[in-house]
Amino acid sequence: MITFATVWAWFTDPANWQGADGVPTRMLEHLKFTGITLAIALVIAVPIGAWVGHSGRMRWLVTGANAARAIPTLGLLFAVSMLVSPLFTSSLAFTVPSIAVLVLLAIPPLLSGTYSGIESVDPAARDAARGMGMSDWEVLTRVELPCAMPLFLSGLRSATLQVIATATIAASISLGGLGRYLIDGLASQDYVQMVAGSILVALLALVADLVLALLERFAVSPGISGRGQGVARRRRLRFGRGGDAAASVKNSTDAPLGADPA
Amino acid sequence: MTWALDHLDQIFTLAGQHAWLAGLPLLIGLVISVPLGWLATRKAWLRTGLLTVTGLLYTIPSLALFILLPPLLGTKVLDPANVIIAMSIYTIALLTRTVADGLSAVDTSTRQAAVAMGYSTFGRFRAVDLPLAIPVVAAGLRVAAVSNVSIVSVASLIGISQLGYFLTDGYARSFPTEVWVGIVACLLLALVFDLVIQLLARVLTPWTRVAA
Repeated sequence: MITFATVWAWFTDPANWQGADGVPTRMLEHLKFTGITLAIALVIAVPIGAWVGHSGRMRWLVTGANAARAIPTLGLLFAVSMLVSPLFTSSLAFTVPSIAVLVLLAIPPLLSGTYSGIESVDPAARDAARGMGMSDWEVLTRVELPCAMPLFLSGLRSATLQVIATATIAASISLGGLGRYLIDGLASQDYVQMVAGSILVALLALVADLVLALLERFAVSPGISGRGQGVARRRRLRFGRGGDAAASVKNSTDAPLGADPA
Repeated sequence: MTWALDHLDQIFTLAGQHAWLAGLPLLIGLVISVPLGWLATRKAWLRTGLLTVTGLLYTIPSLALFILLPPLLGTKVLDPANVIIAMSIYTIALLTRTVADGLSAVDTSTRQAAVAMGYSTFGRFRAVDLPLAIPVVAAGLRVAAVSNVSIVSVASLIGISQLGYFLTDGYARSFPTEVWVGIVACLLLALVFDLVIQLLARVLTPWTRVAA
């Protein structure tokens, strides 16, 4: 029987906080997999998304990546693991395919976030930057990328949630992390452990989302987020209109990017 | 291929269950998100509040939600109702924002014209705002449908019968063919959902074609 008391007892049992199967170890594993995955996916997705958005070429890459989201994550996990695992002999046999799938799942939201962020930059702002004598690279790094920040970060949030959720499922192909409580609990019919693990995973996802929401506040230029209304207005008064490109970017951040919690 | 042909019966049974588990929540979610989305367009603080709550619900990973719902609802772990409710929650989380966006995108002059013609608040919502929001809502529904079909397959890990069974069973037996059959069947089902929603949206918005 699952009651608040039994779950509480699990959380207060010191045995669950120590060793290889303890909460701190599992939580760190989960964070480690999430971090590694996001780092790899960022290195792949951001340059491609920036290039497609900047040049307007090969848009099918973004469309294709989005269509690939329809593939069931569980199926992808099993299929890749069956293909890749035999190639490794050590414990890498479980980690490598899992990370590979997690990277594949993190790429579409990052790619479309970066791409649509850059693509939605006001052409007038881009022209102005060129008119000021900026090179292609400067237009990209000083104008387009800062303006793309809100949409990029919402892509990063989707990707992070997706990776945390799928890393949980990846416990079924022997990956470590918090998913172990859910899968091992299922195997040994230890329902309390499953519930406790689920609470931990849900908490991790919530905290990660909150942290990224905070990051959004700091990483987005005040002129774009609209937080610096006073600054923007003063600038507008001094330089004529200027905050408009920022306003149009701000509006487009409300569009849902959509990614499954898997 | 032969394996798939030999198991057609099973594929269709499981696809039917899968369609039920992914499709019913779309309807439930739509019915609940329309009033929620409408509320969100009424007041700014309601919009912030509703979108924050639904956003937080959306962050809960599916496997965790499938496991957390039974003790919260008093249902059995293997009860498909858990999956239906979990998927409805995700659908509502996605659609509330879309409905609110779709409703607020209705042209002010159209709205004023409807008021001038004597529509009541509800009458205008039903006959003007909602139909005009259909294309946006349908787009959101398509995203939700594709994501539901994918997430439902995860429920096979806790033993709920649907197409995900091929994935877990194929993996357990080290039989890749079965896993691929499961993946393709899921993709086809997602495609069917997508086409049905597009078709419905087209039928429900005849004016968009006249204009074009």
